[in-house]
Amino acid sequence: METRADLLTVEGLRKGFGGRLVLDGVDLRVPRGGIVTVLGPSGAGKSVLLKCLGGVLPADWGRILFDGKPLFPGGKDVRGEFRRKSSFLFQGNALLDSLTALENVCLPLEQTTELPAAEIRRLGLEALGQLEMEAFADQFPSRISGGMQKRLALARAIVTRPELVLFDEPTAGLDPLRRNAVFAMIVKYQRLFRFTALVVTHDVPEALVASDTVALLEGGRIRFEGTPGDFASSSLPVVSGFRDSISGLAATVASIRAD
Amino acid sequence: MIARIGRTTLGILAGLGDFALFTGRCFSAAPSARRPWPRIIRALHEQGAVCLPVILIVGLFTGLVLGLQGFHVLSRFGSEGLLGSLVSLSLVREMAPVLASLMLVGQAGSALAAELGMQRNTEQIVALETMGIDSHGYLVSPRLFSCLLTFPAQTALFVIVGLWGGALSGSLLLGVDSGVYWSAIDRSVEGRDIGECLIKALVFGILAVGICAYQGFHADRDGSAGARGVGAATTRSVVLSSISILIADYVVSSFYV
Repeated sequence: METRADLLTVEGLRKGFGGRLVLDGVDLRVPRGGIVTVLGPSGAGKSVLLKCLGGVLPADWGRILFDGKPLFPGGKDVRGEFRRKSSFLFQGNALLDSLTALENVCLPLEQTTELPAAEIRRLGLEALGQLEMEAFADQFPSRISGGMQKRLALARAIVTRPELVLFDEPTAGLDPLRRNAVFAMIVKYQRLFRFTALVVTHDVPEALVASDTVALLEGGRIRFEGTPGDFASSSLPVVSGFRDSISGLAATVASIRAD
Repeated sequence: MIARIGRTTLGILAGLGDFALFTGRCFSAAPSARRPWPRIIRALHEQGAVCLPVILIVGLFTGLVLGLQGFHVLSRFGSEGLLGSLVSLSLVREMAPVLASLMLVGQAGSALAAELGMQRNTEQIVALETMGIDSHGYLVSPRLFSCLLTFPAQTALFVIVGLWGGALSGSLLLGVDSGVYWSAIDRSVEGRDIGECLIKALVFGILAVGICAYQGFHADRDGSAGARGVGAATTRSVVLSSISILIADYVVSSFYV
Protein backbone atom coordinates (compact mmCIF):
# COMPACT_ATOMS: atom_id res chain seq x y z
CA MET A 1 0.00 0.00 0.00
CA GLU A 2 1.41 3.35 -1.01
CA THR A 3 1.74 6.09 1.60
CA ARG A 4 2.33 9.78 1.11
CA ALA A 5 5.84 9.35 2.47
CA ASP A 6 6.75 6.86 -0.27
CA LEU A 7 8.93 8.20 -3.03
CA LEU A 8 8.79 4.97 -5.01
CA THR A 9 6.09 2.28 -4.90
CA VAL A 10 6.36 -0.99 -6.75
CA GLU A 11 3.37 -3.29 -7.17
CA GLY A 12 3.34 -6.72 -8.76
CA LEU A 13 6.40 -6.13 -10.94
CA ARG A 14 7.21 -8.92 -13.38
CA LYS A 15 10.16 -9.26 -15.73
CA GLY A 16 11.35 -12.24 -17.71
CA PHE A 17 14.01 -13.08 -20.29
CA GLY A 18 13.52 -15.72 -22.95
CA GLY A 19 10.76 -17.49 -21.06
CA ARG A 20 12.56 -17.36 -17.71
CA LEU A 21 10.78 -15.24 -15.11
CA VAL A 22 13.30 -13.28 -13.04
CA LEU A 23 10.90 -10.98 -11.17
CA ASP A 24 7.61 -12.64 -10.31
CA GLY A 25 5.40 -10.05 -8.64
CA VAL A 26 7.73 -7.76 -6.71
CA ASP A 27 6.14 -5.39 -4.20
CA LEU A 28 8.35 -2.76 -2.62
CA ARG A 29 7.97 0.59 -0.90
CA VAL A 30 10.80 3.10 -0.83
CA PRO A 31 10.07 5.77 1.80
CA ARG A 32 11.25 9.31 1.12
CA GLY A 33 14.63 9.98 2.76
CA GLY A 34 16.93 7.33 4.16
CA ILE A 35 18.56 4.27 2.66
CA VAL A 36 16.68 1.22 1.43
CA THR A 37 18.78 -1.81 0.60
CA VAL A 38 17.57 -4.79 -1.40
CA LEU A 39 19.51 -7.90 -0.49
CA GLY A 40 19.51 -11.22 -2.22
CA PRO A 41 21.69 -14.03 -3.50
CA SER A 42 23.53 -13.72 -6.79
CA GLY A 43 21.17 -14.17 -9.70
CA ALA A 44 18.09 -13.26 -7.64
CA GLY A 45 17.29 -10.37 -9.97
CA LYS A 46 18.40 -7.46 -7.80
CA SER A 47 20.07 -5.62 -10.68
CA VAL A 48 17.14 -6.42 -12.96
CA LEU A 49 14.78 -4.93 -10.36
CA LEU A 50 16.90 -1.80 -10.07
CA LYS A 51 17.13 -1.43 -13.84
CA CYS A 52 13.36 -1.80 -14.19
CA LEU A 53 12.89 0.89 -11.55
CA GLY A 54 15.50 3.10 -13.20
CA GLY A 55 13.88 2.76 -16.62
CA VAL A 56 16.92 0.97 -18.05
CA LEU A 57 14.90 -2.19 -18.70
CA PRO A 58 11.19 -2.17 -19.49
CA ALA A 59 9.18 -4.27 -17.06
CA ASP A 60 6.73 -6.81 -18.47
CA TRP A 61 3.94 -6.27 -15.97
CA GLY A 62 3.12 -4.39 -12.80
CA ARG A 63 3.01 -0.84 -11.59
CA ILE A 64 5.63 1.64 -10.47
CA LEU A 65 4.69 4.95 -8.90
CA PHE A 66 7.15 7.79 -8.49
CA ASP A 67 6.04 10.37 -5.93
CA GLY A 68 2.50 9.11 -6.35
CA LYS A 69 2.50 9.45 -10.14
CA PRO A 70 2.42 6.47 -12.53
CA LEU A 71 5.93 5.84 -13.84
CA PHE A 72 5.20 2.41 -15.30
CA PRO A 73 3.01 2.15 -17.18
CA GLY A 74 3.30 5.86 -17.52
CA GLY A 75 3.50 8.87 -19.74
CA LYS A 76 6.43 10.80 -21.09
CA ASP A 77 5.95 13.65 -18.58
CA VAL A 78 6.33 11.44 -15.53
CA ARG A 79 9.30 9.64 -17.08
CA GLY A 80 10.91 13.00 -17.83
CA GLU A 81 10.31 14.13 -14.25
CA PHE A 82 11.76 10.87 -12.98
CA ARG A 83 14.88 11.33 -15.10
CA ARG A 84 15.34 14.86 -13.76
CA LYS A 85 14.86 13.84 -10.14
CA SER A 86 16.82 10.58 -10.09
CA SER A 87 20.31 9.29 -10.75
CA PHE A 88 21.61 5.81 -11.42
CA LEU A 89 24.98 4.56 -10.22
CA PHE A 90 26.05 1.57 -12.31
CA GLN A 91 28.01 -1.38 -11.01
CA GLY A 92 30.88 -0.56 -13.37
CA ASN A 93 30.45 3.20 -12.84
CA ALA A 94 29.73 3.79 -16.58
CA LEU A 95 31.95 6.87 -16.74
CA LEU A 96 32.55 8.21 -20.24
CA ASP A 97 36.20 7.47 -20.86
CA SER A 98 36.60 10.15 -23.53
CA LEU A 99 35.78 12.85 -20.96
CA THR A 100 37.82 14.10 -18.01
CA ALA A 101 36.57 13.73 -14.44
CA LEU A 102 35.20 17.28 -14.45
CA GLU A 103 33.57 16.82 -17.85
CA ASN A 104 31.92 13.61 -16.64
CA VAL A 105 30.51 15.36 -13.59
CA CYS A 106 29.30 18.35 -15.62
CA LEU A 107 27.75 16.16 -18.33
CA PRO A 108 24.17 15.92 -16.95
CA LEU A 109 24.07 19.68 -16.28
CA GLU A 110 25.55 20.49 -19.68
CA GLN A 111 23.12 18.31 -21.59
CA THR A 112 19.88 18.73 -19.65
CA THR A 113 19.91 22.30 -18.32
CA GLU A 114 20.21 25.81 -19.71
CA LEU A 115 22.81 26.86 -17.15
CA PRO A 116 25.71 28.90 -18.50
CA ALA A 117 29.04 27.13 -18.95
CA ALA A 118 30.73 28.99 -16.09
CA GLU A 119 27.98 28.00 -13.63
CA ILE A 120 28.11 24.37 -14.79
CA ARG A 121 31.85 24.32 -14.23
CA ARG A 122 31.44 25.84 -10.77
CA LEU A 123 28.83 23.24 -9.78
CA GLY A 124 30.98 20.47 -11.21
CA LEU A 125 34.02 21.57 -9.23
CA GLU A 126 31.85 21.89 -6.13
CA ALA A 127 30.60 18.32 -6.55
CA LEU A 128 34.15 17.07 -7.06
CA GLY A 129 35.25 19.00 -3.97
CA GLN A 130 32.49 17.45 -1.88
CA LEU A 131 33.70 13.99 -2.94
CA GLU A 132 37.34 15.04 -2.34
CA MET A 133 38.12 14.60 -6.02
CA GLU A 134 38.95 18.18 -7.00
CA ALA A 135 42.62 17.40 -7.59
CA PHE A 136 41.64 14.88 -10.27
CA ALA A 137 39.37 17.20 -12.27
CA ASP A 138 41.52 16.99 -15.42
CA GLN A 139 42.24 13.27 -15.20
CA PHE A 140 40.53 10.71 -17.42
CA PRO A 141 38.69 7.90 -15.62
CA SER A 142 41.17 5.30 -16.84
CA ARG A 143 43.93 7.14 -14.95
CA ILE A 144 42.30 7.00 -11.52
CA SER A 145 41.76 4.11 -9.13
CA GLY A 146 38.57 2.07 -8.84
CA GLY A 147 37.63 3.70 -5.55
CA MET A 148 38.07 7.16 -7.04
CA GLN A 149 36.00 6.16 -10.06
CA LYS A 150 33.21 5.17 -7.68
CA ARG A 151 33.42 8.58 -5.99
CA LEU A 152 33.49 10.25 -9.40
CA ALA A 153 30.39 8.34 -10.46
CA LEU A 154 28.68 9.45 -7.25
CA ALA A 155 29.74 13.06 -7.88
CA ARG A 156 28.10 12.85 -11.32
CA ALA A 157 25.01 11.32 -9.73
CA ILE A 158 24.58 14.05 -7.10
CA VAL A 159 25.51 17.11 -9.15
CA THR A 160 21.90 17.47 -10.31
CA ARG A 161 20.68 17.28 -6.69
CA PRO A 162 18.43 14.28 -7.32
CA GLU A 163 15.72 13.14 -4.96
CA LEU A 164 16.47 9.47 -5.62
CA VAL A 165 19.78 7.72 -6.28
CA LEU A 166 19.80 4.09 -7.39
CA PHE A 167 22.98 2.14 -6.57
CA ASP A 168 23.58 -1.09 -8.48
CA GLU A 169 25.92 -3.34 -6.48
CA PRO A 170 28.17 -0.43 -5.47
CA THR A 171 30.64 -2.72 -3.67
CA ALA A 172 30.95 -5.44 -6.31
CA GLY A 173 34.47 -6.78 -6.51
CA LEU A 174 35.80 -4.65 -3.65
CA ASP A 175 37.74 -5.84 -0.62
CA PRO A 176 36.16 -5.49 2.85
CA LEU A 177 37.89 -2.20 3.65
CA ARG A 178 36.76 -0.62 0.42
CA ARG A 179 33.25 -2.02 0.85
CA ASN A 180 33.03 -0.27 4.20
CA ALA A 181 34.33 2.94 2.65
CA VAL A 182 31.71 2.84 -0.11
CA PHE A 183 28.85 2.27 2.33
CA ALA A 184 30.20 5.03 4.58
CA MET A 185 30.31 7.28 1.53
CA ILE A 186 26.68 6.47 0.67
CA VAL A 187 25.54 7.19 4.24
CA LYS A 188 27.57 10.40 4.48
CA TYR A 189 26.34 11.91 1.23
CA GLN A 190 22.79 10.71 1.70
CA ARG A 191 22.73 12.67 4.97
CA LEU A 192 24.47 15.65 3.38
CA PHE A 193 22.32 15.92 0.25
CA ARG A 194 19.17 14.31 1.69
CA PHE A 195 18.43 12.12 -1.30
CA THR A 196 16.66 8.78 -0.99
CA ALA A 197 19.06 5.92 -1.70
CA LEU A 198 17.97 2.58 -3.08
CA VAL A 199 20.87 0.13 -2.98
CA VAL A 200 21.05 -3.42 -4.26
CA THR A 201 23.80 -5.58 -2.84
CA HIS A 202 24.57 -8.99 -1.43
CA ASP A 203 26.86 -7.60 1.30
CA VAL A 204 24.69 -8.37 4.33
CA PRO A 205 26.77 -7.02 7.26
CA GLU A 206 27.46 -3.67 5.64
CA ALA A 207 23.85 -3.32 4.50
CA LEU A 208 22.50 -4.00 7.98
CA VAL A 209 24.76 -1.35 9.46
CA ALA A 210 24.18 1.35 6.84
CA SER A 211 20.50 0.97 5.91
CA ASP A 212 17.26 2.28 7.33
CA THR A 213 15.19 -0.41 5.61
CA VAL A 214 16.21 -3.75 4.15
CA ALA A 215 14.31 -6.00 1.79
CA LEU A 216 15.17 -9.54 0.73
CA LEU A 217 14.59 -10.53 -2.90
CA GLU A 218 14.46 -14.27 -3.41
CA GLY A 219 12.61 -16.46 -5.86
CA GLY A 220 11.51 -13.41 -7.84
CA ARG A 221 9.67 -11.79 -4.94
CA ILE A 222 10.35 -9.64 -1.91
CA ARG A 223 10.29 -12.13 0.99
CA PHE A 224 11.11 -9.66 3.74
CA GLU A 225 10.83 -5.91 4.19
CA GLY A 226 11.69 -4.18 7.45
CA THR A 227 14.34 -2.63 9.63
CA PRO A 228 17.85 -4.08 9.90
CA GLY A 229 17.01 -5.08 13.47
CA ASP A 230 13.96 -7.03 12.30
CA PHE A 231 16.08 -8.67 9.59
CA ALA A 232 18.78 -9.64 12.08
CA SER A 233 16.25 -11.23 14.42
CA SER A 234 13.86 -12.72 11.86
CA SER A 235 13.21 -16.43 12.13
CA LEU A 236 11.82 -16.73 8.62
CA PRO A 237 13.72 -19.61 6.95
CA VAL A 238 14.40 -17.62 3.76
CA VAL A 239 15.87 -14.77 5.85
CA SER A 240 17.92 -16.88 8.24
CA GLY A 241 19.21 -19.01 5.37
CA PHE A 242 20.62 -15.93 3.65
CA ARG A 243 21.64 -14.04 6.78
CA ASP A 244 23.33 -16.95 8.50
CA SER A 245 25.10 -18.34 5.45
CA ILE A 246 28.52 -17.87 7.12
CA SER A 247 27.60 -20.13 10.04
CA GLY A 248 26.10 -22.53 7.52
CA LEU A 249 29.42 -22.56 5.68
CA ALA A 250 31.28 -23.22 8.93
CA ALA A 251 29.08 -26.23 9.64
CA THR A 252 29.55 -27.54 6.09
CA VAL A 253 33.34 -27.16 6.21
CA ALA A 254 33.45 -28.81 9.66
CA SER A 255 31.51 -31.83 8.41
CA ILE A 256 33.76 -32.11 5.31
CA ARG A 257 36.87 -31.99 7.46
CA ALA A 258 35.41 -34.51 9.90
CA ASP A 259 34.99 -37.12 7.12
CA MET B 1 14.36 -24.91 -46.81
CA ILE B 2 11.72 -22.44 -47.95
CA ALA B 3 10.92 -21.57 -44.37
CA ARG B 4 14.58 -20.89 -43.69
CA ILE B 5 14.87 -18.68 -46.78
CA GLY B 6 11.74 -16.85 -45.67
CA ARG B 7 13.06 -16.33 -42.16
CA THR B 8 16.42 -15.12 -43.48
CA THR B 9 14.76 -12.72 -45.89
CA LEU B 10 12.48 -11.35 -43.19
CA GLY B 11 15.48 -11.03 -40.91
CA ILE B 12 17.38 -9.03 -43.51
CA LEU B 13 14.42 -6.78 -44.16
CA ALA B 14 13.89 -6.24 -40.45
CA GLY B 15 17.57 -5.39 -40.06
CA LEU B 16 17.44 -2.90 -42.91
CA GLY B 17 14.35 -1.31 -41.42
CA ASP B 18 15.94 -1.11 -37.98
CA PHE B 19 19.04 0.47 -39.50
CA ALA B 20 16.94 3.03 -41.39
CA LEU B 21 15.06 3.91 -38.19
CA PHE B 22 18.34 4.22 -36.28
CA THR B 23 19.90 6.52 -38.87
CA GLY B 24 16.73 8.57 -39.13
CA ARG B 25 16.59 8.93 -35.36
CA CYS B 26 20.23 10.08 -35.27
CA PHE B 27 19.58 12.74 -37.89
CA SER B 28 16.37 13.93 -36.24
CA ALA B 29 18.03 14.10 -32.82
CA ALA B 30 20.64 16.54 -34.10
CA PRO B 31 18.64 19.81 -33.90
CA SER B 32 17.86 19.27 -30.21
CA ALA B 33 21.37 18.16 -29.27
CA ARG B 34 22.89 20.58 -26.76
CA ARG B 35 26.36 22.01 -27.11
CA PRO B 36 27.31 19.66 -29.97
CA TRP B 37 30.33 21.57 -31.25
CA PRO B 38 33.03 19.86 -29.15
CA ARG B 39 31.80 16.50 -30.39
CA ILE B 40 31.47 17.69 -33.98
CA ILE B 41 35.02 19.05 -33.88
CA ARG B 42 36.23 15.76 -32.45
CA ALA B 43 34.44 13.87 -35.25
CA LEU B 44 35.93 16.20 -37.88
CA HIS B 45 39.34 15.43 -36.42
CA GLU B 46 38.72 11.65 -36.37
CA GLN B 47 37.38 11.54 -39.94
CA GLY B 48 39.56 14.35 -41.28
CA ALA B 49 42.99 14.93 -39.84
CA VAL B 50 43.53 11.41 -38.52
CA CYS B 51 42.63 9.83 -41.87
CA LEU B 52 44.54 12.37 -43.97
CA PRO B 53 47.81 10.42 -44.27
CA VAL B 54 46.11 7.27 -45.55
CA ILE B 55 44.03 9.30 -48.04
CA LEU B 56 47.15 11.02 -49.35
CA ILE B 57 49.15 7.79 -49.65
CA VAL B 58 46.40 5.75 -51.27
CA GLY B 59 45.43 8.64 -53.53
CA LEU B 60 49.01 9.12 -54.67
CA PHE B 61 49.60 5.46 -55.44
CA THR B 62 46.23 5.08 -57.12
CA GLY B 63 47.19 7.92 -59.42
CA LEU B 64 50.64 6.44 -59.98
CA VAL B 65 49.18 3.06 -60.93
CA LEU B 66 46.54 4.62 -63.18
CA GLY B 67 49.24 6.62 -64.92
CA LEU B 68 51.49 3.58 -65.31
CA GLN B 69 48.85 1.13 -66.48
CA GLY B 70 46.99 3.72 -68.51
CA PHE B 71 50.11 4.73 -70.41
CA HIS B 72 50.91 1.17 -71.42
CA VAL B 73 47.35 0.45 -72.56
CA LEU B 74 46.94 3.72 -74.47
CA SER B 75 50.37 3.49 -76.09
CA ARG B 76 49.22 0.34 -77.95
CA PHE B 77 46.77 2.53 -79.82
CA GLY B 78 49.08 5.57 -80.05
CA SER B 79 46.76 7.45 -77.72
CA GLU B 80 49.12 8.43 -74.91
CA GLY B 81 47.73 11.93 -75.15
CA LEU B 82 44.48 10.70 -73.60
CA LEU B 83 46.25 9.67 -70.39
CA GLY B 84 44.98 12.73 -68.54
CA SER B 85 41.41 11.90 -69.53
CA LEU B 86 41.76 8.29 -68.43
CA VAL B 87 43.31 9.13 -65.08
CA SER B 88 40.93 11.98 -64.26
CA LEU B 89 37.70 10.28 -65.28
CA SER B 90 38.66 7.05 -63.53
CA LEU B 91 39.47 8.95 -60.37
CA VAL B 92 36.55 11.36 -60.38
CA ARG B 93 33.82 8.94 -61.37
CA GLU B 94 34.87 5.81 -59.48
CA MET B 95 38.23 5.38 -57.84
CA ALA B 96 38.30 8.42 -55.61
CA PRO B 97 34.84 8.18 -53.99
CA VAL B 98 35.04 4.40 -53.59
CA LEU B 99 38.63 4.06 -52.41
CA ALA B 100 38.54 7.14 -50.19
CA SER B 101 35.37 5.88 -48.51
CA LEU B 102 36.79 2.39 -48.06
CA MET B 103 39.90 3.86 -46.45
CA LEU B 104 37.75 6.01 -44.16
CA VAL B 105 35.70 2.95 -43.21
CA GLY B 106 38.86 1.03 -42.38
CA GLN B 107 40.27 3.76 -40.21
CA ALA B 108 37.53 5.97 -38.80
CA GLY B 109 34.58 3.63 -39.22
CA SER B 110 36.10 0.67 -37.46
CA ALA B 111 37.28 2.91 -34.62
CA LEU B 112 33.76 4.32 -34.29
CA ALA B 113 32.20 0.85 -34.14
CA ALA B 114 34.73 -0.30 -31.56
CA GLU B 115 34.28 2.80 -29.40
CA LEU B 116 30.50 2.60 -29.41
CA GLY B 117 30.68 -1.16 -28.83
CA MET B 118 32.85 -0.63 -25.76
CA GLN B 119 30.54 2.10 -24.54
CA ARG B 120 27.59 -0.29 -24.93
CA ASN B 121 29.58 -2.99 -23.14
CA THR B 122 30.39 -0.78 -20.15
CA GLU B 123 26.83 0.65 -19.93
CA GLN B 124 27.97 4.17 -20.85
CA ILE B 125 25.20 4.42 -23.48
CA VAL B 126 22.58 3.32 -20.96
CA ALA B 127 24.06 5.76 -18.42
CA LEU B 128 23.43 8.62 -20.86
CA GLU B 129 19.79 7.58 -21.16
CA THR B 130 19.39 7.45 -17.36
CA MET B 131 20.71 11.02 -17.20
CA GLY B 132 17.99 12.07 -19.65
CA ILE B 133 20.47 12.48 -22.52
CA ASP B 134 19.50 11.12 -25.94
CA SER B 135 22.39 8.76 -26.68
CA HIS B 136 21.72 8.85 -30.44
CA GLY B 137 21.94 12.63 -30.53
CA TYR B 138 24.94 12.79 -28.21
CA LEU B 139 27.10 10.02 -29.65
CA VAL B 140 26.11 9.49 -33.27
CA SER B 141 24.60 12.70 -34.69
CA PRO B 142 27.86 14.69 -34.55
CA ARG B 143 29.61 11.94 -36.48
CA LEU B 144 26.87 11.73 -39.11
CA PHE B 145 26.92 15.46 -39.70
CA SER B 146 30.70 15.54 -39.81
CA CYS B 147 30.81 12.94 -42.54
CA LEU B 148 28.75 15.24 -44.79
CA LEU B 149 31.81 17.49 -44.80
CA THR B 150 34.72 15.08 -44.40
CA PHE B 151 33.83 12.42 -46.95
CA PRO B 152 33.47 14.90 -49.86
CA ALA B 153 36.56 16.79 -48.69
CA GLN B 154 38.68 13.66 -48.38
CA THR B 155 37.41 12.46 -51.77
CA ALA B 156 38.35 15.78 -53.37
CA LEU B 157 41.80 15.54 -51.84
CA PHE B 158 42.10 11.98 -53.12
CA VAL B 159 41.32 13.21 -56.64
CA ILE B 160 43.86 16.04 -56.47
CA VAL B 161 46.63 13.82 -55.14
CA GLY B 162 45.70 11.08 -57.60
CA LEU B 163 45.93 13.48 -60.55
CA TRP B 164 49.40 14.51 -59.43
CA GLY B 165 50.28 10.82 -59.03
CA GLY B 166 49.18 10.23 -62.59
CA ALA B 167 51.28 13.20 -63.71
CA LEU B 168 54.26 11.83 -61.82
CA SER B 169 54.16 8.40 -63.44
CA GLY B 170 52.73 9.29 -66.84
CA SER B 171 54.37 12.60 -67.45
CA LEU B 172 57.56 12.73 -65.44
CA LEU B 173 58.54 9.08 -65.64
CA LEU B 174 56.99 7.87 -68.89
CA GLY B 175 57.31 11.00 -70.97
CA VAL B 176 53.77 12.18 -71.71
CA ASP B 177 53.88 15.91 -72.27
CA SER B 178 52.63 17.59 -69.06
CA GLY B 179 50.71 20.21 -71.00
CA VAL B 180 48.92 17.50 -72.93
CA TYR B 181 48.22 15.61 -69.68
CA TRP B 182 46.67 18.54 -67.84
CA SER B 183 44.75 19.90 -70.80
CA ALA B 184 43.21 16.48 -71.39
CA ILE B 185 41.96 16.62 -67.82
CA ASP B 186 40.53 20.07 -68.37
CA ARG B 187 38.70 18.93 -71.51
CA SER B 188 37.37 15.67 -70.08
CA VAL B 189 36.07 16.40 -66.63
CA GLU B 190 32.66 18.05 -66.64
CA GLY B 191 30.52 19.48 -63.90
CA ARG B 192 28.35 16.37 -64.11
CA ASP B 193 31.34 14.18 -63.27
CA ILE B 194 32.22 16.33 -60.26
CA GLY B 195 28.58 16.20 -59.17
CA GLU B 196 28.59 12.42 -59.43
CA CYS B 197 31.78 12.27 -57.38
CA LEU B 198 30.38 14.45 -54.60
CA ILE B 199 27.01 12.69 -54.51
CA LYS B 200 28.79 9.36 -54.17
CA ALA B 201 31.00 10.73 -51.40
CA LEU B 202 27.95 11.96 -49.47
CA VAL B 203 26.01 8.70 -49.94
CA PHE B 204 29.02 6.58 -49.04
CA GLY B 205 29.70 8.73 -45.98
CA ILE B 206 26.19 8.37 -44.61
CA LEU B 207 26.21 4.63 -45.28
CA ALA B 208 29.64 4.11 -43.74
CA VAL B 209 29.14 6.15 -40.58
CA GLY B 210 25.56 4.97 -40.18
CA ILE B 211 26.45 1.29 -40.50
CA CYS B 212 29.53 1.51 -38.27
CA ALA B 213 27.60 3.45 -35.62
CA TYR B 214 24.67 1.04 -35.81
CA GLN B 215 26.87 -2.02 -35.39
CA GLY B 216 28.74 -0.51 -32.44
CA PHE B 217 25.55 0.75 -30.82
CA HIS B 218 24.05 -2.74 -30.95
CA ALA B 219 27.21 -4.69 -30.16
CA ASP B 220 25.36 -6.62 -27.47
CA ARG B 221 22.73 -8.04 -29.79
CA ASP B 222 22.48 -11.69 -30.71
CA GLY B 223 23.70 -12.65 -27.26
CA SER B 224 27.26 -11.47 -27.93
CA ALA B 225 28.80 -9.70 -25.00
CA GLY B 226 32.19 -8.49 -23.94
CA ALA B 227 35.27 -8.25 -26.12
CA ARG B 228 33.95 -10.88 -28.50
CA GLY B 229 30.82 -8.88 -29.17
CA VAL B 230 32.80 -5.70 -29.78
CA GLY B 231 35.16 -7.53 -32.11
CA ALA B 232 32.29 -9.06 -34.04
CA ALA B 233 30.54 -5.69 -34.30
CA THR B 234 33.70 -4.02 -35.60
CA THR B 235 34.24 -6.70 -38.22
CA ARG B 236 30.60 -6.56 -39.31
CA SER B 237 30.75 -2.77 -39.57
CA VAL B 238 33.74 -2.83 -41.94
CA VAL B 239 32.41 -5.68 -44.08
CA LEU B 240 28.85 -4.37 -44.35
CA SER B 241 30.00 -0.79 -44.95
CA SER B 242 32.36 -1.90 -47.71
CA ILE B 243 29.72 -4.03 -49.43
CA SER B 244 27.16 -1.25 -49.09
CA ILE B 245 29.53 1.27 -50.63
CA LEU B 246 30.07 -0.96 -53.66
CA ILE B 247 26.36 -1.60 -54.09
CA ALA B 248 25.60 2.11 -53.71
CA ASP B 249 28.35 2.88 -56.22
CA TYR B 250 26.59 0.82 -58.86
CA VAL B 251 23.20 2.36 -58.03
CA VAL B 252 24.45 5.95 -58.18
CA SER B 253 26.53 5.28 -61.30
CA SER B 254 23.47 3.94 -63.07
CA PHE B 255 21.86 7.36 -62.76
CA TYR B 256 24.80 9.06 -64.46
CA VAL B 257 25.69 6.79 -67.36
